Amino acid sequence: MKAKSVDRIMTGVIVGIGFLIIALLAALLGYLLIRGVGHISWHFLTSAPQSIRAGGGIGPQLFNSLFLLVLTMIITVPLGLGAGIYMSEYAKQNRLTAFIRLIVEVLSSFPSIVVGLFGLLVIVNRFGLGLSLMSGALALTVFNLPLMVRITEQALRAVPREQKEAGLALGLSRWRTITTVMLPISLPAIVTGTILAAGRVFGEAAALLFTAGMSSPRLDFTDWNPLHHTSPLNPFRPAETLAVHIWKVNSEGLAPDAAQIAAGASAVLIITVLLFNLGARWLGRVLHRKLTAGR
Amino acid sequence: MNLTHTRPSADVIDKSEQGKFPKHKLEELRGRGYVIFCVLLLIVIMFSIVYFIASRGLTPFLSQGVSIGNMLGGLKWAPEADSPTFGALPFLFGSFSTSLLAAVIAAPLGICAAIFMTEMMPKVGKNILQPAIELLAGVPSVVYGFVGLSVIVPFLRDIFPGQGVGILAGAIVLSVMILPTITTVATDALRSLPAGLKEGSYALGATRWQTISRLVIPTTLPSLMTGVVLGIARAFGEALAVQMVIGNAPHIPHSLTESAATLTSIITLSMGNTTSGSLHNNALWSLALILLIMTFLFVFIVRLLERRVKRA
Repeated sequence: MKAKSVDRIMTGVIVGIGFLIIALLAALLGYLLIRGVGHISWHFLTSAPQSIRAGGGIGPQLFNSLFLLVLTMIITVPLGLGAGIYMSEYAKQNRLTAFIRLIVEVLSSFPSIVVGLFGLLVIVNRFGLGLSLMSGALALTVFNLPLMVRITEQALRAVPREQKEAGLALGLSRWRTITTVMLPISLPAIVTGTILAAGRVFGEAAALLFTAGMSSPRLDFTDWNPLHHTSPLNPFRPAETLAVHIWKVNSEGLAPDAAQIAAGASAVLIITVLLFNLGARWLGRVLHRKLTAGR
Repeated sequence: MNLTHTRPSADVIDKSEQGKFPKHKLEELRGRGYVIFCVLLLIVIMFSIVYFIASRGLTPFLSQGVSIGNMLGGLKWAPEADSPTFGALPFLFGSFSTSLLAAVIAAPLGICAAIFMTEMMPKVGKNILQPAIELLAGVPSVVYGFVGLSVIVPFLRDIFPGQGVGILAGAIVLSVMILPTITTVATDALRSLPAGLKEGSYALGATRWQTISRLVIPTTLPSLMTGVVLGIARAFGEALAVQMVIGNAPHIPHSLTESAATLTSIITLSMGNTTSGSLHNNALWSLALILLIMTFLFVFIVRLLERRVKRA
């Protein structure tokens, strides 16, 4: 019964590896939370960073990350929806479509640093936007657009054919059928995918180093006029995000508590990603229940 | 009532030629125009990335007297010296060795995880391992870099001589990063295997491991390889996490735990400190161009593998 014992050993090995990976993730999360959560306080989350003294916070960085996320999604979602609708509803089965599909695939596999460099060359310098939130948002759009296209396309393809045909049979135009019948049905999948994509934007750093910048000028959180220089809402100011800040603190931080700041900021980042993950699933389920007859 | 109104479509078309357009046709045209605009934008973005990076990256070779051979084969990167040399081989070596080593670590783990989820314990797999893997995929790369710097590097420093930074540290960090990619692709491949194949094998009296090793893995091999190549591609282009743990010394290291550098790490470090248009700066764009070309190569390999999957 040699084959049987080999089978038993290999089963043990594979099950062992499966649980090893679970343990690895638990250890990773546990490490980040245990090291970081102790450092998180209201003061840490809201105050400005210190360059050489201890006790700096991550307030502006956290705000920048959220603001950048909103800006990026405002630009990405309409464009991604449009291109996704084209790919699933209007594209014919021909060479051109295959070519566009290849472009989406290549675009989504570009390293984020290459996208950042492209942003530096074209958006920052040629368009003259400078190192700013807007440049960062546009670079992240390039980076996120293919993902959004794929999410939309898959969601629309999952819509039952009969529902689309019912819309068309009622004499609705193709566009009307898409916007009033198909999009609502596919909304849960699109929303879930979009939130997961947003989580990626929140943690992205390499593409932002050369587009949104590594410095955060002093912000006046009482001034909400987007045209003012020190206003947090001004999209044309340089802005260091949380992820970039973690990188900077780790590689050139001079503050004596740099390690704790990095740990605290990493914990904030990972908690946010967790919330995005859980929120996406929850919202997807709720929308699915609200918009369809299914459970 | 609407039916009688819109029924004679011939009239509608006639009217449209006189400049009066029916509403539903107008909205269709507008919608179609918008989605075509979005797709055109994608194409324009793609081509402008290639054009702009190539135009800067080729400048050192075309007009600044650096030869391609010297860059790809040169061992010495001394951009600020009196007679600057731009040998990028150390970076190429660093990039290839970290990403390949990462794949060597992550591929068996990822494929085993996929087998675990599909063939052995689907319940644990679906409820625990799958969400865990998805979460792992969402962890930002700087966080991996931070953990690498504060856990893996000190750990390696204790075991091996040297500072702990280097190719091994980079490869370990990258292997955790690409594990989700490999696992997800492998799981999809194993799930799509027709059940009849496995049942046939069991009916012949094969054990589970015999079925897995002689039937499941060979049948899904092209798909498994696709996942591994996608993982390598991701590792090759990853910048910050690697830069934080690799040490950033621009030479080919003698051991896996000696400071080294990759294409992405040198770009990250130097791009901000050089003036636009200088030879040093343009040489960095050449490195970016190499990254771009490698991306195309990876996509090409993935396409080849996918074609084999379809034929099988």
